[in-house]
Amino acid sequence: MWLMLPFFQSFCSPMATYLEFIQQNEERDGVRFSWNVWPSSRLEATRMVVPLACLLTPLKERLDLPPVQYEAVLCSRPTCKAVLNPLCQVDYRAKLWACNFCFQRNQFPPAYAGISELNQPAELMPQFSTIEYIVQRGPQTPLIFLYVVDTCLEEDDLQALKESLQMSLSLLPADALVGLITFGRMVQVHELSCEGISKSYVFRGTKDLTAKQIQDMLGLSRPAVPIQQGRPLQPQEQPAVSSRFLQPVHKIDMNLTDLLGELQRDPWPVTQGKRPLRSTGVALSIAVGLLEGTFPNTGARIMLFTGGPPTQGPGMVVGDELKTPIRSWHDIEKDNARFMKKATKHYETLANRTAANGHCIDIYACALDQTGLLEMKCCANLTGGHMVMGDSFNTSLFKQTFQRVFNKGLNGEFRMAFGASLEVKTSRELKIAGAIGPCISLNAKGPCVSENEIGIGGTSQWKICSLDPSTTLAIYFEVVNQHNAPIPQGGRGAVQFVTQYQHSSMQKRIRVTTIARNWADAQSQLQHIEAAFDQEAAAVLMARLGVYRAESEEGPDVLRWLDRQLIRLCQKFGQYNKDDPNSFRLSESFSLYPQFMFHLRRSPFLQVFNNSPDESSYYRHHFARQDLTQSLIMIQPILYAYSFYGPPEPVLLDSSSILPDRILLMDTFFQIVIYLGETIAQWQKAGYQDMPEYENFKHLLQAPLDDAQEILQTRFPMPRYINTEHGGSQARFLLSKVNPSQTHNNLYAWGQESGAPILTDDVSLQVFMDHLKKLAVSSAS
Amino acid sequence: QGPPPTSVSQGLPLAQPPFSGQPISTQRLPTQVPGFAPPPSSTGIGPSSYPPTTGAPRPSPMQGPPLPGQTVAGPPTSQPNHVSSPPPPSIMSGPHPGPPPMSGLHGPPPPTHPPQPGYQMQQNGEYSQYKGCKSDIQVIEDDRSNRGSEPFVTGVRGQVPPLVTTNFLVKDQGNASPRYIRCTSYNIPCTSDMAKQSQVPLAAVIKPLATLPPEETLPYLVDHGESGPVRCNRCKAYMCPFMQFIEGGRRFQCCFCSCVTEVPPHYFQHLDHTGKRVDFYDRPELSLGSYEFLATVDYCKNNKFPSPPAFVFMIDVSYNAVKSGLVRLICEELKSLLDYLPREDDMEESAIRVGFVTYNKVLHFYNVKSSLAQPQMMVVSDVADMFVPLLDGFLVNVNESRTVIASLLDQIPEMFADTRETETVFAPVIQAGLEALKAAECAGKLFIFHTSLPIAEAPGKLKNRDDKKLINTDKEKTLFQPQTSFYNNLAKDCVAQGCCVDLFLFPNQYLDVATLGVVTYQTGGSIYKYAYFQVRALWSQDRFLNDLRRDVQKEVGFDAVMRVRTSTGIRATDFFGAFYMSNTTDVEMAGLDCDKTITVEFKHDDKLSEDSGALLQCALLYTSCAGQRRLRIHNLSLNCCTQLADLYRNCETDTLINYLAKYAYRGVLNSPVKTVRDTLINQCAQILACYRKNCASPSSAGQLILPECMKLLPVYLNCVLKSDVLQPGPEVTTDDRAYIRQLVTSMDVAETNVFFYPRLLPLVTDVDSDSLPAAIRNSEERLSKGDIYLLENGLNIFVWVGVNVQQGLIQNLFGVSSFSQISNALSTLPVLENPFSKKVRSIVDMLQVQRSRYMKLIIVKQEDKLEMLFKHFLVEDKSLSGGASYVDFLCHMHKEIRQLLS
Repeated sequence: MWLMLPFFQSFCSPMATYLEFIQQNEERDGVRFSWNVWPSSRLEATRMVVPLACLLTPLKERLDLPPVQYEAVLCSRPTCKAVLNPLCQVDYRAKLWACNFCFQRNQFPPAYAGISELNQPAELMPQFSTIEYIVQRGPQTPLIFLYVVDTCLEEDDLQALKESLQMSLSLLPADALVGLITFGRMVQVHELSCEGISKSYVFRGTKDLTAKQIQDMLGLSRPAVPIQQGRPLQPQEQPAVSSRFLQPVHKIDMNLTDLLGELQRDPWPVTQGKRPLRSTGVALSIAVGLLEGTFPNTGARIMLFTGGPPTQGPGMVVGDELKTPIRSWHDIEKDNARFMKKATKHYETLANRTAANGHCIDIYACALDQTGLLEMKCCANLTGGHMVMGDSFNTSLFKQTFQRVFNKGLNGEFRMAFGASLEVKTSRELKIAGAIGPCISLNAKGPCVSENEIGIGGTSQWKICSLDPSTTLAIYFEVVNQHNAPIPQGGRGAVQFVTQYQHSSMQKRIRVTTIARNWADAQSQLQHIEAAFDQEAAAVLMARLGVYRAESEEGPDVLRWLDRQLIRLCQKFGQYNKDDPNSFRLSESFSLYPQFMFHLRRSPFLQVFNNSPDESSYYRHHFARQDLTQSLIMIQPILYAYSFYGPPEPVLLDSSSILPDRILLMDTFFQIVIYLGETIAQWQKAGYQDMPEYENFKHLLQAPLDDAQEILQTRFPMPRYINTEHGGSQARFLLSKVNPSQTHNNLYAWGQESGAPILTDDVSLQVFMDHLKKLAVSSAS
Repeated sequence: QGPPPTSVSQGLPLAQPPFSGQPISTQRLPTQVPGFAPPPSSTGIGPSSYPPTTGAPRPSPMQGPPLPGQTVAGPPTSQPNHVSSPPPPSIMSGPHPGPPPMSGLHGPPPPTHPPQPGYQMQQNGEYSQYKGCKSDIQVIEDDRSNRGSEPFVTGVRGQVPPLVTTNFLVKDQGNASPRYIRCTSYNIPCTSDMAKQSQVPLAAVIKPLATLPPEETLPYLVDHGESGPVRCNRCKAYMCPFMQFIEGGRRFQCCFCSCVTEVPPHYFQHLDHTGKRVDFYDRPELSLGSYEFLATVDYCKNNKFPSPPAFVFMIDVSYNAVKSGLVRLICEELKSLLDYLPREDDMEESAIRVGFVTYNKVLHFYNVKSSLAQPQMMVVSDVADMFVPLLDGFLVNVNESRTVIASLLDQIPEMFADTRETETVFAPVIQAGLEALKAAECAGKLFIFHTSLPIAEAPGKLKNRDDKKLINTDKEKTLFQPQTSFYNNLAKDCVAQGCCVDLFLFPNQYLDVATLGVVTYQTGGSIYKYAYFQVRALWSQDRFLNDLRRDVQKEVGFDAVMRVRTSTGIRATDFFGAFYMSNTTDVEMAGLDCDKTITVEFKHDDKLSEDSGALLQCALLYTSCAGQRRLRIHNLSLNCCTQLADLYRNCETDTLINYLAKYAYRGVLNSPVKTVRDTLINQCAQILACYRKNCASPSSAGQLILPECMKLLPVYLNCVLKSDVLQPGPEVTTDDRAYIRQLVTSMDVAETNVFFYPRLLPLVTDVDSDSLPAAIRNSEERLSKGDIYLLENGLNIFVWVGVNVQQGLIQNLFGVSSFSQISNALSTLPVLENPFSKKVRSIVDMLQVQRSRYMKLIIVKQEDKLEMLFKHFLVEDKSLSGGASYVDFLCHMHKEIRQLLS
């Protein structure tokens, strides 16, 4: 019962304590709930507007959490199988424990014979609400990296890519298996184990093949060996077969380095006015088929490097005539993108197969024009793969981002894990509505699965083929407790997250996180619920939902839905007098939420104007997997100001923040923008920073650069780094993000020394808020 | 003037020798023939019709007294048709008492005598009565001695050339050399009625790119610049010696269609007083029978000059091929062979590019670009939808990529040394080659080395459908037909691209030559077949390597189209050979080499006139091995006749047999073999009956009278009838028959001659003589137990050793001390330093050089089991498979003729 104590403390304590509680929980369990006190009935829960949901970072890096070397104890009820956790009631004398989800009484296994109140196993201790087990069973297969390389590149681009790939060999785990597929007009699967002659299997780029056909053609199916009389088949044959294409990196890194070095541009001629014929669809299909046949259900990355759109075969996105441009949002709205549906279907099929095999697909697309990410996005989205978009392989953006894929964490382990399955168990008042993130459904129906789906629903288990310590899923719940069956005072709901995955060290591991929150009656204890609202989590959770809907619905519909939700939330939790906008107040725990929504509405996740379909897909891809902090940056970029008047400080993301004697640093997650104010820029041009007496100016110029470097060092994918100044063309990156509080429309601001006017018709936050208040207090709605 | 006709008469025949003192052939035969069963013996033959089995008056040819000279003799009253014909015909005579017929037909040296006649007589006394059957040996020898010494000058219209077996030089004076064109008859009936009556097929056997002996000059290459060759406006015939210039040389009248065409200004030349152009002797196309034009771009595919052709070597690397050592052997050989690709005489190196593919169930392409450090292998497993995986680097210049190619050829045997793949594909291999040539936009040749029935799952997959039970049924023809039409379509595509396919087969069992050969056949390629190939067995290695070398090096033209134009009145109606035809006139060949022959049959569609004669112009448009587009023109002028006797006097039996064999071999595709044989017999009977009726003097029906030119027709026809295709023995496989059927279809006259009637040479002769020993007849009774003989038929050489051969000879030839120690596994004769050994080996070498394929040498010891095989080639004897002996067949023919006459 002592676990209850901090709970109750926080419950009754001021807001600051709630923030601490949320932070503690996030650090310990990687979980942030929209509501930290739960409304106790279905009806009340729906009236809360923001659903009961959480952001879960299953593999949150925990240096203080050494995995335990034994196996988890499971509830014996076949439909439950919850893992023994600190919330379970234990009868030490009888060596029994009661499952806190199904109340089944279970015997401890024989190994636990010695337990007592003083001698508890770790999983019963409250600080181990998150615990990780190492599973000793099962064969260990090395990680697999299959490079799928486009050769229809410009010479210097290809050279840069080749160098990056060669470099990456040294970053791989030594025992990892690598393979190489190259493609252009045709697709070549390279055999890596041959001396004296380099072998490859070549496929037509226009013909889709089934997995069976691919395996037959690669000779991966059991070879029809002429049975020699009296001689048994040699047992080592099977590994030898697949190893032709996938070899331990330490064995063939020289070979592969040479092979990569000798890679030539696709030799087939490209005539004037044509795009090169690029068989991305078939190349991916072969990569998927190859792994499917050789290493199903083992951690494997298919890494696709492409420098342009697929132009032939299944999965083609655009024809090879340059005069027909690749589809735009306009074309899509006009139903004018003739290849889109078919291509999307092709890649979806591939993505689903890949996910079923537990492999993942990374897409590294570097080109000035679109490369078909819109159609291919599901490959990365469904399998947890990376998606990286750049202008050229010969940029540091690509080079460093790619290098960062193989980064190691603080504990010296690769920041990648594979083939994870996440299972969620809930206590009986709760049901699971769905998840949004880089996962697919495992279709595990059960008593705790809700009929109302939010995101990927209808299941209590999801597969995440590839994940890293920051991969974050949004999981949505539904309170199912009926209004007329009140939960006793102090009752708690519990949720258990069981994540099984393949660690980069090849171990199978299981991480179990069990959390509990108090129920509260929304009618009598609304203030408790209100106080325990996590507006940041709620904003991200709502945003994910909005972005998820935007993938399938019309943009304006999503915006209207978001607006309606916001208005309803304000109506529910705002304090106001009917029809008096000026009386409207929101409590502190809700105060930032409308602003988040304002910026979300303007964000590239929901606005496609000025973005290509590829860019939208790229932004949405990252938004659906980053943790809360990064997601918030994406929704509402951070703006820092550097000036002589004080230390660097965060300032409002507002046009009024743009002042002549300031340097601004904006982080939008995808871009880092350093903007020199008008005066600063003039000083810099005059060269003051080089004069010894103006060393402080030099420092001022340097400070944002240093800070930017810090962000650049850690972020994945590496952001676009933009250094600009007042009046610079690149300043548009900043101007498009800030709240247009001053525009050419509100002329009164002209000439004032506060900030810069933005040439836009977008409404400012002020207008937005005014409007929101009006609607919220309106008795008509 | 041709040799006189001969007659064969019953009773004591007397051949009246012709005026010129040349021998005439007569022969007597029994009037009642007891069928085809055993050779008639004295007991089985009616006494009335048969002469005594021994004693002087034998029913065999005999030498008659020479007739007086032609002017003296005059036309005999019995042969009115001879009266009118300008060259006085020879005269046949009825029974005529005279000396024993043994030596009758053959002029002064009794040719049918074996070298040791006395000995033979003793040995085969009871058969000796048939020795008088017309012998080809004598005819050949006669021709050789009569015509071999002087060059054959082609200036005169309708000249019958010397026989193919005669060595002679040709001087081109306006007609194509017989090495290029031979005709069944050099005197064509003027009307179709006459032609029908005689039943003599009118055909020309054309070998457009024939190799000439070094003493003869190659056709000159004429370059008419951008305007191209001068042609008739209407029929498009090319300028030739027979075109008539008129109006002072400003126009010319076409010798084929009589249309008058303006002479282009740049071609104008004045005429001399005889109406000849002044530049007559300066222009090959005006003075020679054969010459070449340089083609302009209008004659090229897609109006683009062709690129140099390419050779693609495609090697089966399945288990059998690797195990037998074949793969290693090919790779080793190619390393040196690639330096001998065909090239134009004036070029430093060959322009031909090469590429390499290996295959089993899948195909492996190789990138051997010169810039690569090591070759790259590209596997294409998608055999259902073949494509070429690389663009440059597949077809390369040998010199530039020498090291990479060498490295590749070293590695191929190693890479597949442990293969366990037994299945192969076939059609995709051809498709791959075709696609490669398409991608390179050039013509070329595929050399496919293949070992087994392609049963792997792929287009063109075949099943084993060999069924010997079908022989002699109505379904026998299916054994010669391809299993599937897939290959016909493929062949069509290949021809369109100029992709010629040469096929080297190394079967251990049935692999369906009839189907696999379709593409080869229709693209003008060659098939070579080596059953039970083992590198360890030297004979197979030698034979294959020699064939391969010759095949790679020989002169070849690509993307060829041949058209034969004729004078108005006759028309080319039918074509035999290895090619494809998309319409009724153009013979298309993806590749045409110097050994390939096309037989063309002509039919009347109007009347011809004796004055103008008949002209043939064979125009072959092709791409040379250097990629030059050329037209080779062969012209031949023939006489026309209104008298059948003229026709019969100017026929050539060898050519006739060439035509008949090809006709029959094509017939087996559609009709039961029995029908084909009967048709053949019937046609020949009609030819001979027509002669008998119209040209020979009236005599008793019991007398068989043959035209002089056709005196060998029965013996050769018999050989065709009992050949493996038309009457297979039990040991002949279905594949062999299909193989031979296709082989014969492209043979020239010399090849069919020796193929159907093999050459049998006694080896124990005068060692010092340089020339070949005189051949003897192909009959067992001619063989002496104490002698060694050599028999060759263009495919095999047998060395037959009698049981009683002197030990010294055996020692000299085989290097062993006794008959029993001679190994019949020998594939070459041991190199021994003695005159006899040298002589025999030089004979063998000489024969090998003469043939387009390297012959397999087989040592046969008398009374050994291999002798059965050898006896199969003694074609005058009754064969095991039921083929008639010469005498029996002659009887049968005679009966047929008499039936027709009565």
